[in-house]
Parts: sequence; C-alpha cells; structure tokens
Amino acid sequence: MVSAAPHLIGGSTTATAITAPQPRTGAQRLSRLPAEDLDTLLMIRHFELAVLDLFSQGLVHGTTHTCLGQEYIPVALYALLDEGDYVFSNHRGHGHYLARFRDPHGLLAEIMGREGAVCHGVGGSQHIYRDRYLSTGVQGESLPVAAGVALHLRRAEPGRIAVVHIGDGTWGEGAVYEALNMAQLWGLPLLVVVENNRIAQSTPTERQMAGTIQARAAAFGIRHHHVTSHDVAAVRRELSGVIDDIRTQHQPLVVEFVTNRVGPHSKGDDSRPAEAIRHAAANDWYRRYEKQHPEQFAAADRSQRLAIAEAVREVQARPASRWEHA
Amino acid sequence: MTRPERVIGNLNRALHTLLDDDPRAYVIGEDIADPYGGAFKAARGLSDRHPERVISSPISEGGIVGVAAGLALTGNHPVAEMMFSDFAALAFDQLLNFASKSVSMYGRPVPMSMVVRCPTGGNRGYGPTHSQSLQKHFIGIPSLSLYEMSPFHDNADVLTAMLSREQPSMLFEDKTLYTRTMHQSGVVDDLFRYELLDDPSRTARVFPVDCADPDWIILAPGGLTERAVAAMRTLLLEEEITCELLVPSRLYPFTVEPLLATVSRARRICVAEDSAADGTWGEMLAQQLHEHLWRRLDRPVLLLSAQPSVIPTAAHLEHTVLLQTTALRRALSEASQ
Ligand SMILES: Cc1ncc(C[n+]2csc(CCOP(=O)(O)OP(=O)(O)O)c2C)c(N)n1
Ligand SMILES: [Mg+2]
Repeated sequence: MVSAAPHLIGGSTTATAITAPQPRTGAQRLSRLPAEDLDTLLMIRHFELAVLDLFSQGLVHGTTHTCLGQEYIPVALYALLDEGDYVFSNHRGHGHYLARFRDPHGLLAEIMGREGAVCHGVGGSQHIYRDRYLSTGVQGESLPVAAGVALHLRRAEPGRIAVVHIGDGTWGEGAVYEALNMAQLWGLPLLVVVENNRIAQSTPTERQMAGTIQARAAAFGIRHHHVTSHDVAAVRRELSGVIDDIRTQHQPLVVEFVTNRVGPHSKGDDSRPAEAIRHAAANDWYRRYEKQHPEQFAAADRSQRLAIAEAVREVQARPASRWEHA
Repeated sequence: MTRPERVIGNLNRALHTLLDDDPRAYVIGEDIADPYGGAFKAARGLSDRHPERVISSPISEGGIVGVAAGLALTGNHPVAEMMFSDFAALAFDQLLNFASKSVSMYGRPVPMSMVVRCPTGGNRGYGPTHSQSLQKHFIGIPSLSLYEMSPFHDNADVLTAMLSREQPSMLFEDKTLYTRTMHQSGVVDDLFRYELLDDPSRTARVFPVDCADPDWIILAPGGLTERAVAAMRTLLLEEEITCELLVPSRLYPFTVEPLLATVSRARRICVAEDSAADGTWGEMLAQQLHEHLWRRLDRPVLLLSAQPSVIPTAAHLEHTVLLQTTALRRALSEASQ
C-alpha cells in the first residue's frame, strides 16, 4: 500500500493518488441483465448526464453531485429491499432516488424548481423526503438518525431495516462512530452502505483515512462485507444472504462497495490527474456493458436517452414550483 | 392541602406519566438507567418500569439527539436528556441541521415531536463547562422551540405542550430549581401570589398580594424566579417599590403582543436572564417591548444578564459573574430614581 508523502500533512491530490490500488474490474464479465434493471441503470446514467448538461448551460442553479459510475449500487441493492425499509441517502443521491422510485420527472423538477417537484423545490438535489426515503446534505449526520429509525423498526416492524448510504470520506465524521457503537450495542437492523470511490471531493482516500473501513467495523464487532463486483446480478447474489441475516438477527452490517467516480465531484471540479480519470472511465460499467452486450445495450440506451431528453423538455416547460408554508 | 412537591419530583412524575400514557414515548440519555436514574435523578424509576423505551446511551450527545430524531421521524415522542446543557453544543448539528430543518425543508410539514432536556445554569460550583445558560445559542432557529422549567408550570403539562408542537423543542432546566418546591394554588409566599395566563407562552404572573398597577414588570425565565422574587420582596418591604414578575414557559418563539395589556400597566420594565450578556433572549424581548411601548415607558427596558465571562468554579467568583438577588435589587432600585 502506498502511503501519502510523509512531508505533506493533508494536502490535495498529487500523483501518488494514481498509484493507490485500483480494483481490477475491467476484465470482469457483466451478466446480461433483465430489461428492467438495465433500463434503470441507463435511466440514472442519462439523467445524470442531462443534469450536468443543464448545469453547463446555466439552466440549473446551485449545485449537484452526480453518481456516474456508481449507478449499479442502488440498482443491485434495492431489489433486496422492500417498501417498508427506510433508505437514507446523501449528497450523491439521484441514483438512489431513481432506483427506488423510477421518477425522473419528480426529481428533475425538484432540481430545477418546477411544478411537480418531490419537495416543491425547497430541498433540491440533496434534500429529498418521499415515503421511506430521505436524503440530507450534512455528511455523517444521517447515521444516528437511521439508528433511531432502526430502533423503531426493530420494535414496531421487526424484519424491516434502515439503510444508510455514505462515502469513504464521510468516515471522518464522529457521528458515524457514535451510530455504529449504538447500532451494535442495541442490535439494530442498520445497513451501512459505503460507496468507496476512493476519493472525497478532491482528497484521495489514503490522504484522509488511516487504516481501513473493514478494521473500523471490526473494532465495533460489526460484520463487514466487501463488494468489488460491479455486476448487478452478482452483487445481489452476494448480498441477499447477509441482508436477510440482519433482518432476522437484528444486527448492523457494513457493506463496502469498491466503486468508481466517473464524473466530477460536483460539476466541472475534477482535479484528479488525467490518468486517474482515464482509469475510472475504463472501469465504468457503462462502457463494459456496451462492449459485452452490444445489441441489448444499444436499444435500451437509445430508448433511455430519448426518454430522459423528453423528460427534460417536459419539466423545463413547467411553471415554477410553489411552496406553501406556515 | 397536599404536601409540597419538589421540582425534580414533579419532573420525574411527568416523565413517568408520559411513558405510562403514551406508548410512543421514549426517554434516552446518559446514565439514566435505574438504580442511578440520571445525574440529577429526573429519570429515577423509569427504566425499571419501561425497560424497552428507556434507553441508557453511550456518551454521545450528537448520537442521542440523532437517534431521538430518527424516533420522531417514525412517529414516536422521544425525550432526550443532555446530562448538562453545555453538552447540547455537541448535538447542535442534529438540532439545527436535521431535526428542526426536517420540519419544513422537504416542502411539506414533517412532524418531528421530540424534546431535548437540558439541565442548565450555575450557582452550583460546577465550573465553566457545566454551568452555562445556552438558550441564546438556540434562539431564532426555524422550527425549534425553547421552553424553560419553572416552579409554576407543571412539567407534565409542559411536556404535553412541547410534544404537541410537532417540532423539536428544548427544555432548559435551571439546576438550582430541582431541589426547590413547586408552587401550588396560586401562592408563592406570604407576600406574593401567582396565576397562569393563557397567552401562547403560558406565562406565570407573580404579583404582590394587594397591589394596583406595579412600578415595575420584570420578565425572566423560570430559573431566575427565586432570585427575582427575593429582590421583589426586599424592594417592597424596604423601598416600597412594587414589582410583578412574568415567567413564560415558552421562551421561543415569543411575541410580547398577547402580554401587552399586562406589561403596559407599569412604566418601567426589566428583563433579567442568566445568559452571558450580548445576543440574548433578553435583548430580543427588549427590542419587542421598545417597539410596542416606546412612548409609554419612563425609561428604556432595563436589561440584566450575566457577565460576558466564563463562569468560574469558586463560589465567590461564580457569584460575581451570574446575576444575583442583590445585583438585581440594586439595579432596579437605582433605575427607580
Ligand atoms: C459535514 C460536511 N462537511 C463537508 C461537506 C462538503 N462535502 C460534500 S460531499 C463531500 C465529500 C464526501 O466524500 P465521500 O464521503 O467520499 O462521498 P463522495 O462525494 O465520494 O460520494 C464534502 C467534503 C458536507 N456536505 N458536510
Ligand atoms: Mg468518496
């Protein structure tokens, strides 16, 4: 393992970032997926590309974080959840929302402040609440909240779980450890999904995390499961047993996905060395799926691209959202 | 007449009643399990009776309030205890950015009924990090209500009022009050009586037994009651200066309008508080009072706060920083000239 240059405390991305271990997923075969799964993956992909495009045209205001490269995580995972499970999302949550609700119109309207917005345009890209899905923009803050929800579920709706998504960088927040401690002490059905894209905004993981996520989970006696595959079907097979376990045994679980941030942190703010960006792109499930299943991909990709383009046209033409509040 | 009840007993009884009557109530905090029952014993007997819903937690104030917020989000009515209100600073993010914000930031009202109890204030020698009155740091946060315990307000009623707001609320409890007794049947002592007004802040009005319009109206949170009444007694007996005291149960949101008829009976108004001076609840009240009563007052609102200083541990030093009966009395006397 290559560590950060010893003379540099903190600091920003340097060439050392690209010498960090990268997942060897490029060669991995991706299963041919049922149309529904592929469509969701591609819906998210084209949604994110459309959002970046709208930003670059100055048609959206504020900020956004796209999940390009990480779409397969919620698509794989949510097939293992039911409507009664809670999902806590974070700043990078469009894919989570779309995988749960398949509602690009409501989400885009939220981002653009148009009629039909899920939260009337008040929350925007990173503050969304619908049914049992909630996102918020302060890193780590939702872990104790999810623990509280899991405490409720354990007593009132046994068998249901609270799922919380966090990035690797968010393991710098103390709230994470307070929640892990309580979750294990109290036997809470809490699933912590770590999307380890090996970077936090501009800072590579090895410059912001001592030790490993696995060892941190182990310190609390919490089970940790490493997922390196980007294959939706394989991920589901791998996780269905462990997720069933936490439903029946009332215990927390940390699932760490080794993943790729293909796009910028937010918009136009990718300071990684070109080599690191190329590496992420080369590992992108999208390119690999296209190569491995060209015919299925081409038709589905085209239809999702058009559907999103149509959604963009339709939502853009809507009147501004209205917020009635006391 | 029933035996006088201590304030801590009243609070403990209120928590018992809440857990007994409301299956969605929870109590969570550090060291609250029996037999210990919490640092100030407010939780005594709760965990023996309701082991499932009384949760003694690790030392994790942010986590405790976060868990309470998660319980509130799922329709429960949690009461979280900060061992000392100073540590609410560690839960500030959960209160500011999650619990209160969730009430409105998702575009439609999300009920978040939860209470954070905060043993507050000095005069007990706990020193700089265990004696503060931090109310001022929580004022003005949308959808966060602040209440203060008093010997006039039954805590069961206060908890019910707080939980019915469907937004997070903090209850500041002056630690010196715990060992005092609740006032009952409208009687404070031989000289003073009280009544509860039905304004939105459920203000208690303390007044001399037979007195027309008073020289002064004093507004103060519950923790100052004893010191204020002591100052009022001396002023009445030694200087024939008559004062009434108004003690609101809810400190924020606060509007003085419903109390205008009451406060405009005096030509002099004092606001007293234990917060370190500057940027305080008292300033907010003074501003509102000036807005409404500018021309009718003999002098500007007299604002009395603690010194803008850390709170020392040694009794003689602590005494000089916090607002005491003698200082209160002297200031009122001087401003009466
Ligand atoms: C408490 C807090 N500090 C800082 C930020 C600003 N911020 C937003 S995302 C981010 C990086 C998060 O990194 P990571 O957890 O790895 O997630 P990723 O962005 O890689 O998905 C930062 C620093 C924030 N939102 N909240
Ligand atoms: Mg990251």
